[in-house]
Amino acid sequence: MAIDDRNEVARQVAAMRVAAPPLRSSRRGLLAGVGAAAATAGLLHPRLALAKGGENLPPNVPEWTRMLGAGVSEKPYGNPSPFEKHVVRRNVEWLTATEQSSVSFTPLPDLEGIVTPSGLCFERHHAGVPEIDPQQHRLIIHGMVDRPLIFTMDDLVRFPSVSRILFLECPANGGMEWKGAQMNGCQFTHGMVHCCEWTGVKLSTLLAEAGVRPEAKWMLVEGADGAVMTRSIPLAKAMDDCIVCYAQNGERIRPEQGYPVRLMVPGWEGNVNVKWLRRIKLGDRPWQHREETSKYTDLMPDGKARQFTFVLDANSVVTFPCPEKPLKFGKGFYEIRGLAWSGRGRIKRVDVSLDGGDNWQSAQLQEPVLSQALTRFRLPWTWDGAPALVQSRAIDESGYVQPTIDQLRAVRGVNSIYHKNAQQTWRVNPDGTVNNVQIL
Amino acid sequence: MAQIQGWDIDVRGDDGLGLPPGKGTVKQGEEIYLSQCASCHGEFGEGNGRWPELMGGNGTLTSDDPRKTVGSYWPYAPTLFDYVRRTMPFTAPQSLSNDEVYAVTAYILHLNDLLPADAELDAAGLKAIRLPNRDGFIAEDPRPDTKSASEPCMRGCRTAPPRITSDLAERLGVTPTRTPKD
Repeated sequence: MAIDDRNEVARQVAAMRVAAPPLRSSRRGLLAGVGAAAATAGLLHPRLALAKGGENLPPNVPEWTRMLGAGVSEKPYGNPSPFEKHVVRRNVEWLTATEQSSVSFTPLPDLEGIVTPSGLCFERHHAGVPEIDPQQHRLIIHGMVDRPLIFTMDDLVRFPSVSRILFLECPANGGMEWKGAQMNGCQFTHGMVHCCEWTGVKLSTLLAEAGVRPEAKWMLVEGADGAVMTRSIPLAKAMDDCIVCYAQNGERIRPEQGYPVRLMVPGWEGNVNVKWLRRIKLGDRPWQHREETSKYTDLMPDGKARQFTFVLDANSVVTFPCPEKPLKFGKGFYEIRGLAWSGRGRIKRVDVSLDGGDNWQSAQLQEPVLSQALTRFRLPWTWDGAPALVQSRAIDESGYVQPTIDQLRAVRGVNSIYHKNAQQTWRVNPDGTVNNVQIL
Repeated sequence: MAQIQGWDIDVRGDDGLGLPPGKGTVKQGEEIYLSQCASCHGEFGEGNGRWPELMGGNGTLTSDDPRKTVGSYWPYAPTLFDYVRRTMPFTAPQSLSNDEVYAVTAYILHLNDLLPADAELDAAGLKAIRLPNRDGFIAEDPRPDTKSASEPCMRGCRTAPPRITSDLAERLGVTPTRTPKD
């Protein structure tokens, strides 16, 4: 575009702005509470008008059709519609002692498709969200390497990049349900999972720069937040598919998800995907740190605890209907919708039962079906108004079949906290409401 | 490199590799603990509400209510030094000196009857302590650990009608409401 053309566009835009103020200012004045008497002027905020009773419905011409909307500079960074205020992360206040070492849950019932909006991804952190200046952040790689290295953010972005759509799940997802159905909401039974496009540099690329010494078998990864959280990860996984990420869904990673840089460890429990990544140290064995001994270990009924249970086995949940999303139209057609995922690869099939597991139908899987990503499934259903027990059962490409809760309990008891990936049962009541139940 | 040293704070759990010079006594640790730790963890490490307990729980790992503490669950003592140094106290991480971390570590071990009241702790002493649950962990992941037919049943799969074993979720009242938080 030539400079003259740009000036012409600027002049036109300026002219529009000159024309706009009378309408805009009167609307603003109204919203600021200047006069409730003006409510009949047709300039009401849409939500107020709707609440009054449908003046914007056909055959009337809606108020938003009869005025100018916001200009392009009003929101340099856009937000969801104010009518979507209920679509938010939520936490469970009684679950943790403090909000700085806590968890919030992805609103799965309100979402479609497979990509989670960045601002709705569940949060789990152990000392709050740090605000990190990327200019002052560094990633150190050292230990059993030939050349210890310190990378700036510019260094990391300069390397050859890679993008993958990956789910990330906290291994405590569903952990409140081991002893019985407790949370009456899909957001809280399954909301510690999200799926985003992640962009960064393969960790193997950085390790090649540093030169891995042959005796190195494990690495310690460490965050820069107040928890300075650490996990030990086998070097084989690091060389296989780990990504040092600086972007999420196209933009720089959100602070809650590890800005300016985090590790993605595809298919492995969320805790090892260390956020605010500052240091990677190579060694010959695991470090046996707090987060891999005291926590993130699975206590079995015999008193022994499984350690380094990294992979997330196949899991799934019906996101419609669910307790937050009842069947509100009575009998008739509905589309059952849900999500499935597996740390072991692609979802091969998802079966849905409406009668508590007696009969199953295979659901349609929405393409693309990606390895270690959320997979959307759908099944048309004509509800006859009778009570139903809705379940889903994921099968991944390794042949693994998502178990029932009693299959899991038979092996692991009820005190292992982590890795609860049992089939979820929603009870649909005759009035269309839906509850979380467990069945045998 | 000096730059790396400033962040190179890890201590390995099983052999204490990385433990710094320094020392502290149980008595010194008690003073620091009471002023900086007890408000969350309790005066005797008994915990406080949802804040973690640090002592006791021995023999509970096979019970209905396992209590996982330093004394009952943690496998390695140097891990305690590592964790306290990297992230405690909760509101002021990395504010304690190495001597103070040794002292607090000594006090917590004392609360678990693993050090006498008049003890002094340093790197060698910490490496020598064997925690009771040292052999309580299985490092090999045995999953997948649930068996299913390679071709899961699709029709008439149940031998008995489904029986609801748990339906309290609706009435427990522990689920947050849908009201937006703003």
